[in-house]
Amino acid sequence: MATITQPRTNLTPTEARGEVRWGEWLIENLIRLVGLIFFFLVREGLPAFLDIPLRQLFSRRWYPIESLFGMAPLLVGSFLVTIGAVLISVPLGVTTAIYLGEIAPTWQREILKPLIEMLAGIPSIVLGFLGWVALAPLVQNLGAPTGLTAFTGSLILAYMSLPTIISIAEDALYAVPKEYRDGALAIGATKWQTIWRVVLPAARSGLVIAVMLGIGRAIGETMAVLMVTGNAANIPALGADLFFQPVRTMTATIAAEMGEVSRGSLHYNVLFGIGIVLFLITFAINSLANRLVGMSATRRRSGQL
Amino acid sequence: MTLSHKGCSDHVRPRHGNQLHPALLAILSLLLFATTACASATVRTAEASTDGGSGRAIQNKGSDTLVNLALAWAERYRVVKPDVAIAVTGGGTGTGIAALINNTVDIANASRHMKDDEIEAAKANGITPVEFTVAIDALAIIVNPSNPVSQLTIDQLADIYTGRITNWQEVGGNDAPIILLSRETNSGTHVYFLEEVVRKGDGDNEDIFAPQTLLMPSSVGITSELRRNPNAIGYDGFGYVDPEHEKLIAVAVDADSPYVLPSVATGTDGSYPIARALYMYTAGEPTGVIRDYLDWIAGPEGQTIVAELGFVPLPKE
Repeated sequence: MATITQPRTNLTPTEARGEVRWGEWLIENLIRLVGLIFFFLVREGLPAFLDIPLRQLFSRRWYPIESLFGMAPLLVGSFLVTIGAVLISVPLGVTTAIYLGEIAPTWQREILKPLIEMLAGIPSIVLGFLGWVALAPLVQNLGAPTGLTAFTGSLILAYMSLPTIISIAEDALYAVPKEYRDGALAIGATKWQTIWRVVLPAARSGLVIAVMLGIGRAIGETMAVLMVTGNAANIPALGADLFFQPVRTMTATIAAEMGEVSRGSLHYNVLFGIGIVLFLITFAINSLANRLVGMSATRRRSGQL
Repeated sequence: MTLSHKGCSDHVRPRHGNQLHPALLAILSLLLFATTACASATVRTAEASTDGGSGRAIQNKGSDTLVNLALAWAERYRVVKPDVAIAVTGGGTGTGIAALINNTVDIANASRHMKDDEIEAAKANGITPVEFTVAIDALAIIVNPSNPVSQLTIDQLADIYTGRITNWQEVGGNDAPIILLSRETNSGTHVYFLEEVVRKGDGDNEDIFAPQTLLMPSSVGITSELRRNPNAIGYDGFGYVDPEHEKLIAVAVDADSPYVLPSVATGTDGSYPIARALYMYTAGEPTGVIRDYLDWIAGPEGQTIVAELGFVPLPKE
């Protein structure tokens, strides 16, 4: 823990340039690698979109061994689980971050922060197992027909994205200049008013990133949802029990079926096709996050907090 | 070594980087806490096929249902007789029998009897196929012990699994929704259940599982959900069922036939409707190493592996 990078004072110009070059080389190649992954994904997945009529691809039935490749239930499944996770984790995460950053005394923060960061280190499979053994029976006791539901998946995913959301949200709050708080308190605002009207709006862009990364964590998670959502490729009926029905997510489908498909078969292509769809969704979320961050930044610059 | 794309034998195709697979598969099966028989296939094919040195390997080919069991036998037999190599491939019962007729394999695996025309074709080639029953494949229908339903017909099972019957009341149980449990579609058991129960063995029937069926990555997934869910129904290899925690359902072909509980006895005599024997065929009475191998399969060690993989062992005579 105590390793501190010594500032290097006697750096010769050549040395410095060498380091910069090395860094550039690394980044360039990383970008290439990402490009390569995307190329691979498209190459393996594109035939699915060319060979299967789009109508069938987004129909309601997923039963690959009979060549029924309707992705609609998988999209709905991923969507439900993720929305559920966000609804639980965002309020919880942001309020925890506010407590940690604005209210908690230093000694509490020093205990809680490492604890929360430790949560992030729990492998998802362990959480999945926990969900399977402990959470599913609880959900079943709530009255669900089975404990393996979208809601169970949401709970696990919420738990998994909490450390991300809390850490980043807390960083965002920390980045708000102390003068803002001092100014607010000086003109007579209460602690609550300061947080709600000054600190939170100022930290908005960071909070948006926290939420988006939380969503990204949730939608891409595989193992835990594979274990607790029941994997029924079913579009749940709208109603009060919407979240209390089994669903099958896109990630779980890829994980469950990839091991057994023959390479180059249509089913194989379709699984990569699902990968493309997932990629596009994550890309869209990140772009949206970028836009929102950009928007709030401009607004702040023009003086409308 | 070309393999068909049916059932779990997909997995058995040879490919590059075999050394990676044991670890990968081990992790995967650990993750799914699975004992999926399919998963171990790649490893074993690799071992069986890349054998060299000790002369010609016993060629074993055929049924996809049997392929995992055959691979397990071949692998374990290498411990018993390190100098005997056995190359196992899938491809389907028909492929295996065709190879036997053409005299290109020593042992053909079959999940059905040889047809008369196949036997004639073999005899025309100067080969007399000899049949050995090596294991029994019985599928137990299981429910939670608290479920009052204790017997179902194949028709009722088909209606339940296609979603035409959704409440236990319709088959004499409580007023509660039926929770369907199944293995994943890549499981050979799933395919067998689809063909023999959901489609009632009718080749023209195109019914499939209801979309609300929960697909479990492993047998353990089915049994543990079944134990805690009073309304669940599932199927599992008889070898996996623990009658203390899962209730076996007696199955009848139709309402007029007797309801039969799965057991080693009813699986063997054919009275349990969702069971079938699995066979190995040799060209003529086997001799030498092939004889030894088949004897070992029928013996206690071979039959222990049968039970380990969730099949019904042969009755002890």
